Amino acid sequence: MADLAAPAAQAEFQYSSAEHQADTAIAGMWLFLASEMLFFGGLVLVWLLLHRAHPTGFAIAAAHANLLIGSINTALLLTASFAYALGVLAVRQGRVERVVPACLLTAALGVLFLGLKGLEWKLDLDEGLFPGAGFGLHGPDQGGAELFYSFYWVATALHGVHMVIGVALVSWIAWRARRREFSRSYNTPVEVVGLYWSFVDLAWIAMYTLIYVAGRA
Amino acid sequence: MSDIEALPRSYVTEDGTLNSWLLTTDHKRIALLYFASITAFFFLGGAAAALMRLHLISPAGAIVSHETYNRLFTMHGVVMVWFFLVPAVPVTLGNFFVPLVLGARDLAFPKLNLLSWYLFMAGGLVVLWSLFWGGLDTGWTFYTPLASRYTSGYVVLAVVGIFLSGFSSIATGVNFIVTIHRLRAPGLTWYRLPVFIWSLYSTSIIYVLGTPVLAITLMLLAFERLFGVGVFDSTLGGDPLLFQHMFWFYSHPAVYIMILPGFGVISEIIPAFSRKTLFGYKFVVWSSVAIAVISFFVWGHHMFVAGQSLYSAIVFSLLSYLVAVPSAIKVFNWLGTLHKGWIRFDAPMLYALGFIGLFTIGGLTGLFVAALAADVHLTQTYFVVAHFHYIMVGGMVTAFFAGLHYWWPKITGRMYPEMWGRMGAAVIFFGFNLTFFPQFLLGYLGMTRRYASYAPEFQVLNVLSSAGSVILAAGYLMPLGYLTWSLFRGERAPDNPWNATGLEWKTRSPPPKENFVSIPTVTGAPYNYPHPAAQHG
Repeated sequence: MADLAAPAAQAEFQYSSAEHQADTAIAGMWLFLASEMLFFGGLVLVWLLLHRAHPTGFAIAAAHANLLIGSINTALLLTASFAYALGVLAVRQGRVERVVPACLLTAALGVLFLGLKGLEWKLDLDEGLFPGAGFGLHGPDQGGAELFYSFYWVATALHGVHMVIGVALVSWIAWRARRREFSRSYNTPVEVVGLYWSFVDLAWIAMYTLIYVAGRA
Repeated sequence: MSDIEALPRSYVTEDGTLNSWLLTTDHKRIALLYFASITAFFFLGGAAAALMRLHLISPAGAIVSHETYNRLFTMHGVVMVWFFLVPAVPVTLGNFFVPLVLGARDLAFPKLNLLSWYLFMAGGLVVLWSLFWGGLDTGWTFYTPLASRYTSGYVVLAVVGIFLSGFSSIATGVNFIVTIHRLRAPGLTWYRLPVFIWSLYSTSIIYVLGTPVLAITLMLLAFERLFGVGVFDSTLGGDPLLFQHMFWFYSHPAVYIMILPGFGVISEIIPAFSRKTLFGYKFVVWSSVAIAVISFFVWGHHMFVAGQSLYSAIVFSLLSYLVAVPSAIKVFNWLGTLHKGWIRFDAPMLYALGFIGLFTIGGLTGLFVAALAADVHLTQTYFVVAHFHYIMVGGMVTAFFAGLHYWWPKITGRMYPEMWGRMGAAVIFFGFNLTFFPQFLLGYLGMTRRYASYAPEFQVLNVLSSAGSVILAAGYLMPLGYLTWSLFRGERAPDNPWNATGLEWKTRSPPPKENFVSIPTVTGAPYNYPHPAAQHG
């Protein structure tokens, strides 16, 4: 994504104008997100199929998922996306100075999310919720419960990696905004990172539903 | 050939430092980096195949142990599929010619393009590490539970390598799609695009939408192997067949990744050497797109005997037949182009004609294995091996060579030696058929694939096949030799040696760094070849 770092006034030589280049960068990000959609989509497919095969095991396992931390984290991410959207709105209106606090708030909420996620992982491990030899849930439906937690660990770890990348990108935008690189006419990187951040947010909403909500019903 | 004319200023001579190559964002230089890499992988995968064929000269196996044989076919499959066939035409000829054919100065995201090469190389080196140090023996398909539980090979490492190269594919796919949408020359409307572009567009769709599913599947496989738990393990209530479903959801479309760019190359060459416009342009265009779309709905035909329900097997069988329709449309359109054309038999055309014949055999035998009842007999036999080699090697590798010869003057600024080129095409065609046609018979007679030994009554056909592989190997070494020779000693190429249409021929050979001095404007349909009689009359 380093291509986005082209100087504001001057487009790279294959483009006819800066607007041409900006629109193209946004199209590229959308296409990448389509790819990401199928990446997470494969995981969701696995959840659906295994849930169908092991409804009781999944219900038992989901009851052990930490609904409180999960819900707080969802609220944090939604707020972070809101803060970032305010930043995008501000730069479009030319109020560039508001981008930095918006980005810092977004990144801070993201870090808080990761901290809480780490805490949740520790609590899960203490409870023996990692599938395998030391698995803490026993009984006839243990297999299904372990499958639920196989999904849980892969999905939350992958989402966590996306979050780390997102926080880094948002901080990079804050740094560039501080150097006054953006303006009403040039703000493509702000927008492109916003698309990515919103996708990571959406992916979490899907994970939240599958892990904390749907299984309990 | 007494005096060798020096090349003019071009993208090659612009800056000679090592860094200017390793950190280049010029699509033409990145294409050359890819050329070097995939050539190395091609000969590595080919060496593994040659050893296998040598081993199969005798029914008990001639040279290697059974374990080594398993490692050889795994290495052959993994290297050839992921590090030659899937990237081959898009990252080399595609990288070089997409901007040139579009009349653009570069791809939309040049740095992403360079990143894709580094990801590819990183993935390739990790996979080689796993192959040579760990000795992978799962086949290129990594079926569970063999790959997740029983094998001692370095599965996780191999999976990491393929994961990395997958992101290289996604980067290339995103780059091509966005470039084709956004960077076309003035007047170059969608229906004025050469079919090569359409075929790479279709390929890129599969790159972008198929590869991530493979990535997540391999990630789950690695998780399962590392922690001894997971979704593909039946002892835990998981489902090994789920792995096959998800694997083939990518890997069947990947078969079309491997052949669609070949269709594109052939659709450029046939009109140029028949001096006629491409017959049924829109049908060829939309059959590429149709193949890309249908390819996502046929994966179950790899699993007819794996235990899926009869109803889904019937549906998958019917859908697989459906792919034959757009494929046949293409073949008939190429034949329609040849009909009453002014045909010249230069090396690119010989390779292209070879492609049509071999692809047709591969396609027709595909119908045999798409038929449920016939597949129960033919699955896991050499019939399947022969079928997909006729598509992948007879089709795609031949198309790659066709395109390489066709565009060689533009890429290098030098002509390849024509006589050697024609001989190479003939030797490869003959060697290929001798290698793989006997395998149809072997498979029909019941010889199973992936075994290091076989029943004595199959020996004659196996020896024929092995003899063919020697000729085929010699055939592949010929272009390596004479093309390398021509890089230094070849005759200077004119800007348009074939009098071909297409914007890539409107710039110098080799092109300058910025591709065009001024961006051309397109005013008409592609393949506008005037009849030679009309030119002289």
